[in-house]
Amino acid sequence: MKHFGIDEADLKKVLAAALEKGGDYADLYFEHAFNNSLGLRDGEVNSTFSGIDYGMGVRVLSGDQTGYAYVESTEINDMLKAARTAARIANASANLNSLNLSHQIKPKNHYRIKQSWEDINLKQRIPYVQKLNDRIFEIDERVDKVMVSLSDSSTYVLFANSEGVWYEDFRPMVSLAAVCVMKENGVYENGRAARAFRMGFEFLNEALIEEIAQETIAETAILFDAIKPKGGEMAVVLGAGGSGIFLHEAIGHAFEADFNRKGTSIFSDMLHKKICADFINVVDDGTIPYNRGSLNIDDEGVLGQKTYIVRNGVLDSYLHDRISAKHYGIQPTGNGRRESFRHAPLPRMRATYMENGNSTEEEMIASVKKGVFVDSFTNGQVQIGAGDFTFFVKSGMLIENGKLTTPIKDINIIGNGPKALADMTMVASNYQMDNGTWTCGKEGQSCPVTCGMPSALVRKLTVGGDN
Amino acid sequence: MISNEYKELARWAMDECLKQGCQAVRLNIYSGTNTDFDVRDKQLDKLQQSSENQLVFNLYLDGRYGSFSTNRMEKAEIGKFIVNAVDSVRYLAADPCRQLPEASRYYQGGMPDLDLCDITLNEISPDEKLQLAHDAADEILGSDDRILSVQSSYSDGESFSYTLASNGFEGESAHSYFSISVSVSIKGEGEARPESFWYDQALSWNDLQKTGIGKIALERTLEKLGQQKVASGTYPMLVDNLNAGRLLGPVLSALNGNSLQQKNSFLMDKLGEQVLSEKVNILDNPHLPHSFGARYFDNEGVATKKRFIFNKGVLETYFIDTYSALKMGVEPTISSISQLVLENGDRSLEEMVATMERGILVTGFNGGNSNSTSGDFSFGIEGFLIENGKRVQPISEMNVTGNMLTLWQKLEEIGNDPRLNNAYQIPSLLFNDLDFSGL
Repeated sequence: MKHFGIDEADLKKVLAAALEKGGDYADLYFEHAFNNSLGLRDGEVNSTFSGIDYGMGVRVLSGDQTGYAYVESTEINDMLKAARTAARIANASANLNSLNLSHQIKPKNHYRIKQSWEDINLKQRIPYVQKLNDRIFEIDERVDKVMVSLSDSSTYVLFANSEGVWYEDFRPMVSLAAVCVMKENGVYENGRAARAFRMGFEFLNEALIEEIAQETIAETAILFDAIKPKGGEMAVVLGAGGSGIFLHEAIGHAFEADFNRKGTSIFSDMLHKKICADFINVVDDGTIPYNRGSLNIDDEGVLGQKTYIVRNGVLDSYLHDRISAKHYGIQPTGNGRRESFRHAPLPRMRATYMENGNSTEEEMIASVKKGVFVDSFTNGQVQIGAGDFTFFVKSGMLIENGKLTTPIKDINIIGNGPKALADMTMVASNYQMDNGTWTCGKEGQSCPVTCGMPSALVRKLTVGGDN
Repeated sequence: MISNEYKELARWAMDECLKQGCQAVRLNIYSGTNTDFDVRDKQLDKLQQSSENQLVFNLYLDGRYGSFSTNRMEKAEIGKFIVNAVDSVRYLAADPCRQLPEASRYYQGGMPDLDLCDITLNEISPDEKLQLAHDAADEILGSDDRILSVQSSYSDGESFSYTLASNGFEGESAHSYFSISVSVSIKGEGEARPESFWYDQALSWNDLQKTGIGKIALERTLEKLGQQKVASGTYPMLVDNLNAGRLLGPVLSALNGNSLQQKNSFLMDKLGEQVLSEKVNILDNPHLPHSFGARYFDNEGVATKKRFIFNKGVLETYFIDTYSALKMGVEPTISSISQLVLENGDRSLEEMVATMERGILVTGFNGGNSNSTSGDFSFGIEGFLIENGKRVQPISEMNVTGNMLTLWQKLEEIGNDPRLNNAYQIPSLLFNDLDFSGL
């Protein structure tokens, strides 16, 4: 509370104002974020950005209706005004007799940092950015242009609600990304690699620089030999790691419980039903140490946790915020997230991944007569109700008669969530988390997430390409 | 409007930056308010109100550059923030191309008001606004048994900006917006719940279409029933006016100075060449009053003007800001397009459908991307199979794949139906011979 210059009496006053029209529940979310980025282009670290974002939001729930208002201030009168605006969602008399902020939650810290970004000046950061650039140029003489960016943030969060629960969290985040353009025989190609974690300055080290440099080159170099495949329905082997985007798009969004309580998801009537093979287990997890998607506690006072969404092929749980959990009469799953104090929370994913199966990647590839192997992606999307999802493949390989043959690039893959899941016939035991800069968008709010999986075979998806 | 108090704060902050050693500074203050009412199945689902402010600094010091922002508007905090900002800029490598624009390129003032801000926004009662959201949904609720859920919303807001540059620019702008949108979910085959939407947006309350949005949203949803993929093959592609902009986005990105300087553009060294079909005229038309995208100056304060981007398919200009121009050793133009106008053809979408023998009408893109250096693209699509001038089959779960340069060479016809409630005014477009993947 000290960080925001307020005390318990202030919180109580604002919560009381929030419920003066008879809302069932209110919460206050305070946020103070320090964001920095450092940019390299044309060989020199020559631009920087720093920003401060400060404010608090008041949410009032009346049944499953939401009132929300925010201010960029923690002056008591400004907060009271916001509270009274949000309060208008309800239409009755005051609903808070006495409030005791007695229940301070002190969650387990999944991102305890060693050196805060707030204590590190630009001079200490610059050599790593420079080194990444220099290393990329060293590895391959076809490199023509490189841009590197190092972004970090340190965010202080305070939360209190009308049930007397309050907590404080400190959320670090950092990402290092490189984009390179290579030239071969007059043709240009571009590739990118990045790593992102909830970590402090200890994130930066030689091994990380080498890993990103090598991956940036590999991502770009493969494209010179890559072709567009012939399009159509075919088998797709999803490579371990980044293919987790398949889970995020094909089922993750459609499992978010707001869509299901409203009856607008294709999975709305499939809870506890068998939706895919026994060996498929899918998790959405907020507790992986230092993971970009981890949360000690979500943005509405629910502890970070690991949630099985598919267990032994059965749809085990949706991803809940407080509103949907109440609707279904269960405990929330810690998926209530918001982009910032400017937004009310929604059910959102954290780190979404599939657990290991028993097959091997080699077996899968050998079993495919005609198909593609894909392991590098840029973006994806889904239509929640129809279930159609897509993801864009930056590069992969053709599979012909059980063998990887020619590299492929720049094609979209489209499928239908429940069908694709039912068509997943093999899962390998080579699980990998992809620690790239995945950012998920929903209703105008962006949230950091991650995804991962072992290699898996989907019997049939529609792959873009020539005819 | 930006208050005099904030303008004085900006002047004070600029002096502080100069005192700390900056040779040049550009400051922006942004301020805005927004209101949203969301209604779901006859009940107010969410009301949200907000107002916000932001102060942004661009600092130039000994050839070094940094940008900074804060929403803490108290002098004492800003003072400390500036000291830290200037300190951090000193660590960077010098880049002499980081400069403010030449003062002669700034908008010099004196033009009539562009009429982009409707001050009646605050005179309309919240109840009346909420009622519009209810009315939009009530148009269709109960009208069809297949409806599962109807969500409607009304939003409006104002935004203001004030820009001050140390080499003699001061500019202000004010915008308002009003919008109504409706999305509908219906019971489809099996577990599928097709959904679609419709919306209108306007710069002023009086211009906002207040009825009919719900009905169109429902029609657009019902016509999706029975979507299937059809055989892979080469088809003509007709793209409606809601989606045609998706095909121009990669072209515009490729014209950006930043991409060109980094050799990350499939339109490098193409100035003066015919890169699109000669049927294509695209204008940047920034000064039409009371229209989306209109402005007298860009984010650097540089004066906008009407110009061809493509004239009969020939590329006439790149978007080059001050930094990219100095880096590339070329003349600067403008940092980005203001209002894009793709000149109309003669026929409407329905007229083009009527004469199509066999082809695909695209009414929605679903994901996909385009390679910025090669222009190769692949997008998910939905829409209709057209045979003998009729929509014979709703389709989905297909991809269209190609290359931006060959796509735009294959442009067959431009429609006459751009949506004017948008800064990009692009009519329906018909292209020949696109590769679709499906069954």
